[in-house]
Amino acid sequence: MAYTYRPYPHSPIGKLQTKKQHHPVVIVGAGPVGLALAIDLASRNIVSLVLDENNVVSVGSRAICWAKRTLEIFDRLGVGERMLAKGITWKIGRQFHGDQELFSFDLLPETGHKYPAFINLQQYYVEQYLIERTRDFPELIEIRFKHEVINHIDHGDHVGVSVSTPEGRYSLNADWYIACDGAGSTSRERMGLGFTGKPFEEKFLIADIEMETSPFGSEAIAERWFWFDPTFHAGKSALFHMQPDNIYRIDLQLDATVTAQAEKVQDFALSRIRAIVGEAQFRLDWSSIYRFRCARLDNFVHGRVVFAGDSAHIVSPFGARGGNGGIQDADNLGWKLAAVINGQASSRLIETYHDERSAAADENIQASSRTTNFMTPKSAIESLFRSETLKLAVDQPFARTLLNSGRLSVPFVMRNSSLQTLRDAGKMLGSAAVDLPLAGDGTADKGWLIEQLQGLFVLVGFGAVELPQVAGVRRIGINQNGGDVSFCAEDQVVRQRYGINIAYLFRPDGHICAAFESPTVAAVTAARDYALTKHR
Amino acid sequence: MSRVYEDRMSPRQDEFFEALIAAHDGLSESESHALNARIILLLANVVQDIDQIKEVLKVARSYSAS
Repeated sequence: MAYTYRPYPHSPIGKLQTKKQHHPVVIVGAGPVGLALAIDLASRNIVSLVLDENNVVSVGSRAICWAKRTLEIFDRLGVGERMLAKGITWKIGRQFHGDQELFSFDLLPETGHKYPAFINLQQYYVEQYLIERTRDFPELIEIRFKHEVINHIDHGDHVGVSVSTPEGRYSLNADWYIACDGAGSTSRERMGLGFTGKPFEEKFLIADIEMETSPFGSEAIAERWFWFDPTFHAGKSALFHMQPDNIYRIDLQLDATVTAQAEKVQDFALSRIRAIVGEAQFRLDWSSIYRFRCARLDNFVHGRVVFAGDSAHIVSPFGARGGNGGIQDADNLGWKLAAVINGQASSRLIETYHDERSAAADENIQASSRTTNFMTPKSAIESLFRSETLKLAVDQPFARTLLNSGRLSVPFVMRNSSLQTLRDAGKMLGSAAVDLPLAGDGTADKGWLIEQLQGLFVLVGFGAVELPQVAGVRRIGINQNGGDVSFCAEDQVVRQRYGINIAYLFRPDGHICAAFESPTVAAVTAARDYALTKHR
Repeated sequence: MSRVYEDRMSPRQDEFFEALIAAHDGLSESESHALNARIILLLANVVQDIDQIKEVLKVARSYSAS
């Protein structure tokens, strides 16, 4: 069933022209990143204004693969369960060479997590659900559709913003200007910021088809199918994915020389799709040809202007690191912005957003560049190494690991973050919270650990460790009775995921910033303050 | 008969492949061929165990059509 686009009414200009308004935060772009940030800020009682030049959600499915970490962030924002219910859960990837299946892999072989490794959900649903969630904060979030930012100037103590609407122009002032305006960011262009990186020659065709019968068989188990050199598309690669509403995503590698003539592209797409799905009836829902690029801004923070999502960094789509990386940007920026606006931290904290998220962007760019190189060999020798790797991959496990059709998005681990208190947290330091099934013990209902890490600094004690009371830090006891709330969890799983008789301090974005064997008020306070850059 | 080896490259396999391809950067096909020969000779010396090397040669050959 094709998605029904319902344009949002444009916001009337009213008295905006006569009375200049001042806003603590202006978010430019109502895509997944901008909307997630607005909701994150609202959850911290921070008012924001979202401006979007358009008035519909994403046209075309665009970003479809939402990773576990993103879903856990969405959970905190109050939309995770809705996304999960609508999305197609998958975790099995299957690799083919020609007609032959080489092997399959399981992205989340263990149980005991609220959210799966991935769901597939069209970007238009993600945006729709996020927009509907913003409606729960009428006092905190205002979205103005058809309000295009045409200029912005950082005056040092505020940013002046000029806006064009169907009814005329107006201007406003903002303390913070967050550019979530996508890969073609006009905010970035206006500032003349270099967006350096590496373009790739090859083009890709991306198409969504609607089909009643599942090509994955009558069981309709959703999987990710990837072909190197399929017989239906010789010498190239192909990717096949299932989305809700009987929509299937097909990505086909094209020659660098293909010209984007709409009719020919459509014919070409139809012939290849026919080869994949056989006799089954289908309808072409959306298609697009793109050439990808890996690039990022040198700095994500320029005074009072901050870039998040595609405006700050772009990657090739194999690996699902664009949309998921962007949501992690919002997750990283939200609590920091709130802390600065509330006077709990200096603007130095915003600079750490650049430090942490540009490191994440580098990791994503490296992974996606390697994938792209593997998928598009540039020389005869590169092709030879790849084809021999494919030959060995029939039975040699190491050769299977070398096949690179996308290293799928995993949460960034901030090993070198300046917000970490340098203690021995072993493998956990800087890592995002790992979920854990919780049983209630009388003080709380059962649930999941990630639901408990709700946007605050949280000190979680596993096993025999005392949790001191520190203002502004929530305490959770696991397999112990201390803390503001306590839960039971399976001992073996606790040991495997966190260790035992240890306490971790989680930042408001769920990343671990300190670990303690015997936490004291002073030590926890210092680690919390350190993560707020108070002493620098 | 082919032996299946345990994977010992993960999780740095992509780093290896990238470095391997980079080593060939700018070489003609015959130069690449020669580079491959040198790489094999050097790796054989690093591996050292001649029986193991002979086994690898057999396993690699078993994937050839003839």
